[in-house]
Amino acid sequence: MKKLLLLVLFTPLLVFASGAELRLDKAPNKAVDQAALQHGAKLFVNYCQSCHSASYMRYNRLRDIGLNEAQIRDNLIFSSDKVGDLMKIAMQPAEAKTWFGVAPPDLTIIARARSSEAGSGADWLYTYLRGFYRDDARPSGWNNLVFENVGMPHVLWELQGQQVMGEGHKLRLDKPGKLKPAEYDALVADLVGYLQYVAEPVAETRKKLGIFVLLGLAVLLVFAYALKREYWKDVH
Amino acid sequence: MNAKMTALLGWVDARFPLTSNWKAHLSEYYAPKNFNFWYFFGSLSLLVLVLQIVTGIFLTMHYKPDASLNVSGVPVAFASVEYIMRDVPWGWLIRYMHSTGASAFFLVVYLHMFRGLLYGSYRKPRELIWLFGMFIFLALMAEAFFGYLLPWGQMSYWGAQVIVNLFSAIPLIGPDLSLWLRGDFVVGDATLNRFFAFHVVAVPMVLLGLVAAHILALHEVGSNNPDGVEIKKKKDAKGIPLDGIPFHPYYTVKDIVAVVVFLMVFTVIMFFMPEFGGYFLEYNNFFPANPLVTPPHIAPVWYFTPYYSMLRAVTVNFFWIDAKFWGVVAMGGGVVILLFLPWLDRSPVKSIRYKGPIFKTALAIFVVSFFILGYLGMLVPTPARTLVAQVCTVLYFGFFLLMPIYSQLDKCQPEPDRVTG
Repeated sequence: MKKLLLLVLFTPLLVFASGAELRLDKAPNKAVDQAALQHGAKLFVNYCQSCHSASYMRYNRLRDIGLNEAQIRDNLIFSSDKVGDLMKIAMQPAEAKTWFGVAPPDLTIIARARSSEAGSGADWLYTYLRGFYRDDARPSGWNNLVFENVGMPHVLWELQGQQVMGEGHKLRLDKPGKLKPAEYDALVADLVGYLQYVAEPVAETRKKLGIFVLLGLAVLLVFAYALKREYWKDVH
Repeated sequence: MNAKMTALLGWVDARFPLTSNWKAHLSEYYAPKNFNFWYFFGSLSLLVLVLQIVTGIFLTMHYKPDASLNVSGVPVAFASVEYIMRDVPWGWLIRYMHSTGASAFFLVVYLHMFRGLLYGSYRKPRELIWLFGMFIFLALMAEAFFGYLLPWGQMSYWGAQVIVNLFSAIPLIGPDLSLWLRGDFVVGDATLNRFFAFHVVAVPMVLLGLVAAHILALHEVGSNNPDGVEIKKKKDAKGIPLDGIPFHPYYTVKDIVAVVVFLMVFTVIMFFMPEFGGYFLEYNNFFPANPLVTPPHIAPVWYFTPYYSMLRAVTVNFFWIDAKFWGVVAMGGGVVILLFLPWLDRSPVKSIRYKGPIFKTALAIFVVSFFILGYLGMLVPTPARTLVAQVCTVLYFGFFLLMPIYSQLDKCQPEPDRVTG
């Protein structure tokens, strides 16, 4: 009987225990840091947008992060696109597929798509962009800690330098880049902050608005409850 | 009311049963005075239904059921959802209302059904109310399933693929049936367009008709209550039940309080956690549908997971027919068996308040099994998890199939004559 009880008690643990998961580094929160988001936007259009579109997003929406239309036009648009256009790329998806084997995905909502039980999408991106290492077995010469056999080469390698796979599945910086490791981490944090913003530009607005809606409903609740009490006082 | 208004009302009443219907369904519909917390979820279901229809209409104005790829290589349907989220004024709010509303709908309907279980609201003379309600539940499941394909994300696509493929497990006609449902050899543009038609026109019409029938049947026999006694048995000289109070104004003002509390919870989710940790909006569904990449783990949204668990729990082939078919039978049976509840319960009393320890234990086991099945349905199956799901599936069915026996054996207390507290 005792054994049976123990079995009943511990079965749930066995059933619900999950295997070792990939550990993601926590991305610093840049949601309300406009300077960081602007820096991230600049990094995005310079390093990412040659291959990746953000095709659900319009350039002029970047007024959200404290830029005016002239600043957007002068600093962030390199093509003949208008400021009200979507952040598309010139490369055709079909061409991209022949060149890279897989078309580089649209990145507008990548920060939402990469969320999982292991961490937020921002955490995943923050770990991913700091997780490239040299791997001569790969066609691009690069592999990644969180995205095994990734098709993309390490675009930011000149900044970060070259990492190699070291002892115990830990990465080691083999050749330093232009930036110190801490500086590189800060740069990636800004880029990830921007990707998180662009995934849901309305995120901060809705949180602010939610407070007012709740306050309004709370006031309504007081009156609704008073009305109910008034009517129900003669029900016995 | 001034004379002109009275005259106008008289003019209408001579041509349309306005006052008589107002009285029959609201101001002179006598509901038991002892409704408790559990009785809020009927009107809340109606509220969510209206919310879904209104937000759905506005989404339909901007959504495009089109699986072809745009210049950036993204399916048009998927991109149109993000267009609603960004470029349509207040589109994000409408869309989150609709996506949160879908989960809220199942939440309130499950609680509403559980209320029926607690107080025996399905018992004579309310069998038809229960049946109409169950058909509403089935229609709601269809509505949710069709609607989930529309954002055309990875989970939309592969979820539909898995469910439509289930039909191919039916012997003989299966493969042709699933082809006919899909309209193509894989889930594609044809599937998306027909699911859109079902989601925005066909199923909502069925739902509205069933809801009307559900409420008409209820108002014909009158509401049950937490004591499970019939208030119509004790009436005063004017024929008004002694324990009854007019639905309007008493329950309208009481339900307004519940509505405000419900909206506060709804607001917290919609404004602060619209994805609800991946339970209301699955993360993988932020990837556009890709027929070439099967996700490693395909899980339905939380409200289907108990039944999805039952589907996966059947792993043995019976009578040379594939286990998958029996899984489908288990999943369908898990829903359909609820229909028979009015005839399975043989207890002399309706309400759990006067039922004995056997029913209370059985109900507790049933609820725990249902939750465990729901939880397991979200996870990747392992042999241990499948075993637990099998045990819980047996317990789930046992609750219903053994009910004719244990509900008679139970030691019940006598029902009171009048409602209590």
